[in-house]
Amino acid sequence: MSYKPYYSSVTKKIIMSLMGLFLVTFLVVHLTLNSFLLFNNNLFNEGAHFMGTNVFIQIFQWVLFAGFAIHIFYGIVLQIQNWLSRPKGYKRRAFMEESFFSKYMIYTGLLILIFLIIHLGNFFFVKMGWVGNGVPLTSNGEENMAQLVRSLFQNGGFVAFYVIMFLLMGFHLDHAFQSAFQTLGLNHKTYWDFIKGLSRVYAIVVTLGFVIIPLFIYFKIV
Amino acid sequence: MTKINSKIPEGPIAEKWTRYKEHQKLVNPANKRKIEIIVVGTGLAGGAAAASLGEMGFSVKVFCIQDSPRRAHSIAAQGGINAAKNYPNDGDTIYRLFYDTVKGGDYRARESNTYRLAEVSNNIIDQCVAQGVPFAREYSGYLANRSFGGALVSRTFYARGQTGQQLLLGAYGALSKEIKRGSVELFTRREMLDLVVMKDGRARGIIVRNLFTGELERYSAHAVLLATGGYGNVYFLSTNAMTSNGSAAWRAYKRGAYFANPCYVQIHPTCIPVHGEYQSKLTLMSESLRNDGRIWVPKKKEDAERIRKKEIRPRDIAEEDRDYYLERRYPAFGNLAPRDVSSRAAKERCDAGYGVGPTGLAVFLDLKDAIVRLGKDVIKARYGNLFDMYQRIVDDDPYETPMMIYPAIHYTMGGLWVDYELQSNIPGLFVGGEANFSDHGANRLGASAIMQGLSDGYFVLPYTMQNYLADQIAVGTIPTDSPEFDDTEKDVRARIDKLMAVNGKETVDYFHKKLGHVMWDHVGMARNKAGLEEGIKMIQEVRKEFWSNVRVPGNPNGINIELEKALRVSDFLELGELMARDALHREESAGGHFREEYQTPDGEAMRNDKNFMYVAAWEYPGDDKEPILNKEELNYEFIEVKTRNYKTA
Amino acid sequence: MDLKLKIWRQASRNEKGQFVDYEVHNISPDTSFLEMIDILNDELVEKGGDPVAFDHDCREGICGMCSMFINGHPHGPEAATTTCQLHMRKFKDGETIVIEPWRARPFPVIKDLVVDRSAFDEIIRAGGYISTTTGGVPDANAIPIKKVNADLAMDAAACIGCGACVAACKNASAMLFVSAKVSQFALLPQGKVEAKDRVKDMVAKMDELGFGNCTNTYACEAECPKEISITNIARMNRQFIGAKLG
Repeated sequence: MSYKPYYSSVTKKIIMSLMGLFLVTFLVVHLTLNSFLLFNNNLFNEGAHFMGTNVFIQIFQWVLFAGFAIHIFYGIVLQIQNWLSRPKGYKRRAFMEESFFSKYMIYTGLLILIFLIIHLGNFFFVKMGWVGNGVPLTSNGEENMAQLVRSLFQNGGFVAFYVIMFLLMGFHLDHAFQSAFQTLGLNHKTYWDFIKGLSRVYAIVVTLGFVIIPLFIYFKIV
Repeated sequence: MTKINSKIPEGPIAEKWTRYKEHQKLVNPANKRKIEIIVVGTGLAGGAAAASLGEMGFSVKVFCIQDSPRRAHSIAAQGGINAAKNYPNDGDTIYRLFYDTVKGGDYRARESNTYRLAEVSNNIIDQCVAQGVPFAREYSGYLANRSFGGALVSRTFYARGQTGQQLLLGAYGALSKEIKRGSVELFTRREMLDLVVMKDGRARGIIVRNLFTGELERYSAHAVLLATGGYGNVYFLSTNAMTSNGSAAWRAYKRGAYFANPCYVQIHPTCIPVHGEYQSKLTLMSESLRNDGRIWVPKKKEDAERIRKKEIRPRDIAEEDRDYYLERRYPAFGNLAPRDVSSRAAKERCDAGYGVGPTGLAVFLDLKDAIVRLGKDVIKARYGNLFDMYQRIVDDDPYETPMMIYPAIHYTMGGLWVDYELQSNIPGLFVGGEANFSDHGANRLGASAIMQGLSDGYFVLPYTMQNYLADQIAVGTIPTDSPEFDDTEKDVRARIDKLMAVNGKETVDYFHKKLGHVMWDHVGMARNKAGLEEGIKMIQEVRKEFWSNVRVPGNPNGINIELEKALRVSDFLELGELMARDALHREESAGGHFREEYQTPDGEAMRNDKNFMYVAAWEYPGDDKEPILNKEELNYEFIEVKTRNYKTA
Repeated sequence: MDLKLKIWRQASRNEKGQFVDYEVHNISPDTSFLEMIDILNDELVEKGGDPVAFDHDCREGICGMCSMFINGHPHGPEAATTTCQLHMRKFKDGETIVIEPWRARPFPVIKDLVVDRSAFDEIIRAGGYISTTTGGVPDANAIPIKKVNADLAMDAAACIGCGACVAACKNASAMLFVSAKVSQFALLPQGKVEAKDRVKDMVAKMDELGFGNCTNTYACEAECPKEISITNIARMNRQFIGAKLG
């Protein structure tokens, strides 16, 4: 009964929420870069090149990985504690969660983790040369990341998989964004509705943004 | 009469308490820890006393019947707490609060105690604010006050409709702090079943039943404080909580403590009316509603009849056909007449055939004028939670239609007899809060119960108990294996075994309800000689039937809710009879005790100061003997005794 | 009304429990939920059975003693209502009602529907008070408090300590309970002196007792019979961050 957790529950959650907000910001950057594909392959390649060579980004990349790792680690730790705190469940339990997707965060989170690994396998690991045959080159010998993306999304199965995973990520984000504010104590009745609204708008915009790219490519709209 | 010594200090009334404190005996700080005190009950009186005694350094053991000290029934007090702060600058003084309280109690309270109550009332507010009790405030940031029944000044401090809750949580916080510090030890889910009195006559311990394990446990101490509340549940239906009971006080009585004025019972005028046979309790609507509400019944009997049959709605009755009977009878106080007066007036109208509601036992409490005058939002802010509660229970919207109310048993002014030090006639047995016969006399004004509980707990008992304990250092720890403890526990066990052995056909509640009906009909709002005599016989019959036909299932080990109830009801069956006897002997009408034979031609209560200006302190002589009446004469030196008048200021 | 009941029966803390089916008949819609259980218990006692143990006391919605999980909700499906204030008119004739005890590791079942909530007392003991002693305090009006803060403190202080928040929360978290007390004192000048220790100590005790972690599902606020706001949780988090940083 009297175990002493190294961090208190609130501290763990604050760390999770800070990491979460960090990832939320990262997604905006990622989506911005992806959206170049809708306009110009070269622009996308230049962006990818910049990301792949800029020293600051190269360092920051590891911070990002750490952010993911910490967020996932505490997410799992907190969830296990939560399961342990109710050894016997209810026979009949109504749906009481006011933030709908809050109930499924661990599941959406774990699925996103699986997606993340596959996604890294599709692109990052290829670029790093750890899997596959490397990134195709453009006519002037530069890495053609756009080509890599476009060839992947010729495969309907991958497109479907990505779209479903993006939707799950949207569900995760819908709760996550506003929840982070609550955890950080930034809940005030005068702007709370705004934050909840912003959270939902963010979740929808980011999800749609990510979803349309594989779909557009598959259906040859871009 | 020589047996009674109230130990009232000499001197002018405003100096008595100061003089007492100046001359009382104290215990050296190093010795306090060696002195043990038992506190039974964690309501306002018990919780505050246990916390304060713990802070002083005594070793305190505190017992509560619920799972947490925070659930004591003080929590249900709604309206507020009085204090003579005079913040509104409307002419309040300590003397005026004292005077109003004595007058409200129909000149049957002990003057010196009531004055002390008024005197420390201001300290209570200071104390509670320091504890973080969120009293209502004005926009200035200073404390708000409201008016209450029986007073012409606004001296009531409040925390929405949950004043008792907030004050109790304050005391609970103070108690929690002392439990953490180690000066107070907490025992939950324990019910006191007997008092242990030693051969030298001193109270030295208690026997409790652990409600989880069913085991009987012994606890010893140098002094015992009972703060176990009132005995209103003798009527079965009351505003008291389900576990509120009179057993601790009754067991003390049977060990020799005097039971004072048991017939003084307060019937609260603004309760939600009874609606069915299966009902388990009555719900109070705060008296504060009377600040903005007007009480009425139809002027014409045929209108009342049609309302009862639901042929017309209350709002269909024209203004001139409504009888605002409190305003009519008591122009000066109007809807803020004291509780006993208001309750009787409601009963009078209903008995005369003007009552409303399906049973005809209800009157209207109408806030329409206030809603029009102040707006729905203001009323909602003031009484929203009460309106919601009413709507949940009755399924009627009080913003649209007047509420229905009827008087119900609410508080018992009677209780164990105590002297100025709140010590009973058993040395070492102190009694606080509603459990003692209190400072209220024959009737209690609104917002005064929690004032008394906290006054006793924070500011009186810590002093007076110390005075008693000063010469107890030499006694040392009190063993619990003495013959007195053995015998007392044996008695308790025998009582439990006897109950389990009856193995009859009827449930405990069946007898409790039966007793309740007898009490309400014969020892209720209006009493008379023939009714009381008949009532006594009926109570004896119910008691006999109980002991031959009650069914207590299961066994006494572990949780047994029926056994718990049976023990309480078996005591109520005896206590009820003493109440009836007291009511029968008191041939006058005073406060909550109204004898139909003693009333003025226009139906007002008629006291008999010549023959009954005393406290009736009943002594237990043994089961088959009639209780012995001891009288404590009441001398009013500092207040002029008058006929109570709420018609003119 | 006639109703079918599925009630959790458990003889003691260490024994296994199970659901038992009962039926009650001719229940008036004006009966309160607890009175309906009273009627069932009367029948059980008359038949020589063991009545269902349940916690209850004031029956006017303020003591916080009653604690049943009814048809999937703590205190039943009606919002802002304790079990004792719930009336049978909220149910349908012939309905099956499932009645369970609060479920949480720190609230072990003692018997049937009775759970041990002393964990809440332990949390309060960790710091849920202002350490003033009797006497020696300033005049009540020496400490003016902004009305808006006094009102917010009162909103938080309205908590009855029933445990519905823990029962409702999918994580069995006690954050709403703890934050209500922390908030009450955080909003008042009297409480500021000990504010930092209070929030740290109470959170540490809450964790130690094995309550779950808040994941901001807000089920607690939705189910709280006294409608305690989750803004209190945010306020406690702010207090906590402030206490850790300062």
